[in-house]
Amino acid sequence: MSVSPLRSVLLFSLFCLALLGAPFTARAAMEIQVIGGAANKIAVAMVPFRAAPGQPVPALTQIAGDDLNRSGQFRLVDAGGAQQPVMPAQVDYGVWRGKGADALVVGQVAALPGGRLEVRFFLLDVLKQTQLAAYSYTITPGQWRATAHQIADVVYAKLTGIPGAFSTRIAYVQKQGRRYELKVADADGQNPRTVMRSSESVISPKFSPDGARIAYVSFEDRKPVVYVQSLRDGHRRKLAAYKGSNSAPAWAPDGRKLAVVLTRDGASQIYLVNADGSGLARLTRGGNIDTEPVFSPDGKTLYFTSDRGGSPQIYRMAVSGGEAKRVTFNGSYNVSPAISPDGRYLTYINRDEGRFSVALLELASGQTRLLTDTARDESPSFAPNGQVVLYATVQGGQGILGTASLDGKTHARLSESGVDAREPVWGP
Amino acid sequence: MNKIFWPVLVALTLSACGTTGGTKATVEDRTGGKTAAATTGQGTETTGVGGSGVTGSAMGGQYAGDPRKDPASPLSKRSVYFDFDSFVVKDEYRPMLEAHAGYLMSKRDAHVILQGNADERGSREYNLALGQKRAEAVRKALSVLGVSDAQMEAISFGEEKPRNEGHDEAAYAENRRTDVVYSDEK
Repeated sequence: MSVSPLRSVLLFSLFCLALLGAPFTARAAMEIQVIGGAANKIAVAMVPFRAAPGQPVPALTQIAGDDLNRSGQFRLVDAGGAQQPVMPAQVDYGVWRGKGADALVVGQVAALPGGRLEVRFFLLDVLKQTQLAAYSYTITPGQWRATAHQIADVVYAKLTGIPGAFSTRIAYVQKQGRRYELKVADADGQNPRTVMRSSESVISPKFSPDGARIAYVSFEDRKPVVYVQSLRDGHRRKLAAYKGSNSAPAWAPDGRKLAVVLTRDGASQIYLVNADGSGLARLTRGGNIDTEPVFSPDGKTLYFTSDRGGSPQIYRMAVSGGEAKRVTFNGSYNVSPAISPDGRYLTYINRDEGRFSVALLELASGQTRLLTDTARDESPSFAPNGQVVLYATVQGGQGILGTASLDGKTHARLSESGVDAREPVWGP
Repeated sequence: MNKIFWPVLVALTLSACGTTGGTKATVEDRTGGKTAAATTGQGTETTGVGGSGVTGSAMGGQYAGDPRKDPASPLSKRSVYFDFDSFVVKDEYRPMLEAHAGYLMSKRDAHVILQGNADERGSREYNLALGQKRAEAVRKALSVLGVSDAQMEAISFGEEKPRNEGHDEAAYAENRRTDVVYSDEK
């Protein structure tokens, strides 16, 4: 997909070419439920883009609107009515101000020769009556969703000042009967692709920092073994298959090393290993459980779960070795740490009176808050822009995936009916 | 009559079936939605059961077959259950573990996998480590009884292979467990 900012809106006279078959086919699957929300949301009106002649209206604004909605930072304003502009010159700002919109998105699609399509869109500031962004995308018919996510990224970045993370991917494990499938999907849970399937369990998928590989723990060898698999060609190999259990892979930020948990020397302990499986070195040295390692963004610190104090708590230690310091103190069960990309926040699972919920700790102040009010949450991970946490929970006896905003006030559900989804992780 | 005959039948059946279905894992290509390339042979494995699986040694004239499968022998007991949040092997398992230690010391080519398990509550990785701790507790108990480290491997399934798929306390208790599994009879 090529993207170029528009220099002039006058180019639109070129549109009206032959219509080419590229009907938008809505893929089945995950739906979004936004529950609750914060005050001070940015109000955006997204006018459905005008379709190329003879073609159905693309779901671009629906998909991009859902993206913005899930972030918890936006409120979608009803775009219905007589005013249906497709370019800035057609906008009657008074109408949109009357609807309470802060910003307005308009656009249209044109068919190009050779089956390609051009999507043009404009982001307008309703109060200042100015143009904030204008983009043109030349796409193939298979790129509707990717285009919608890019539009959402532009709108998000222009209006919040924070990069969007809607064009990123997630991985998770889907269980159907006795079959396990490792899936990679768009950040909204749509467009899932199976990258590995097994008749035994798969847990702990972790994207490499460049997104080209994925590490995971597979039980196909009748014991837990850590694999690293290319997402380009599907080739994979064993990263750690030592005597005992091998689990909990975590990539260093440079992608050259991983931390893994091995039991070859007795207890579950953290080791460092090169991404090609060479250079194994033991990091923690104790007789208790040390597991779930995760690197700080600067690669210098490891956060991990340990029961060395009698109950599972999160600790940190230098990757170069040395003493571990306890990080979590509230409650008797704090596990599954993940660090925000800016290193400011820790998200983890806190158990309180039998309820397992996603917690957020601001490392500098020590302030904590719960992000969810569900009871069986697992596997939290940050979006690449650090603004949302992805996690797994159970609803109606079925594993589902959800996202929570950092204020804990917006929860979106990414769930596919009829399947059990678990072990999610957010990737680049 | 039944009591004597049934285990022999089982042993014969086991020796007749050369293989058990291995686990399968398929790797797929996900480049651009094409379905090309994809399957590697890795991950498909077949485990043989023949050979050492059936020894046919008699136990006091009562039982002709693999002594580990004699229902009257503590060797036929394979599971050690743990209390909530505990990794202590309870005294009631001493006879069972002594029997396995004796068997392993008398048969130096025998090998056991100690498979630890955990109930489903909480983090999968942490539960894997809890299961490992339970497997390790049994490994240490056997080690103290004289079994060579080379004959044992302690691994964990965490919460991934529950014996009881229920979600109540009874199910959880059943899943806080270490199984003693001989490599030749997986």
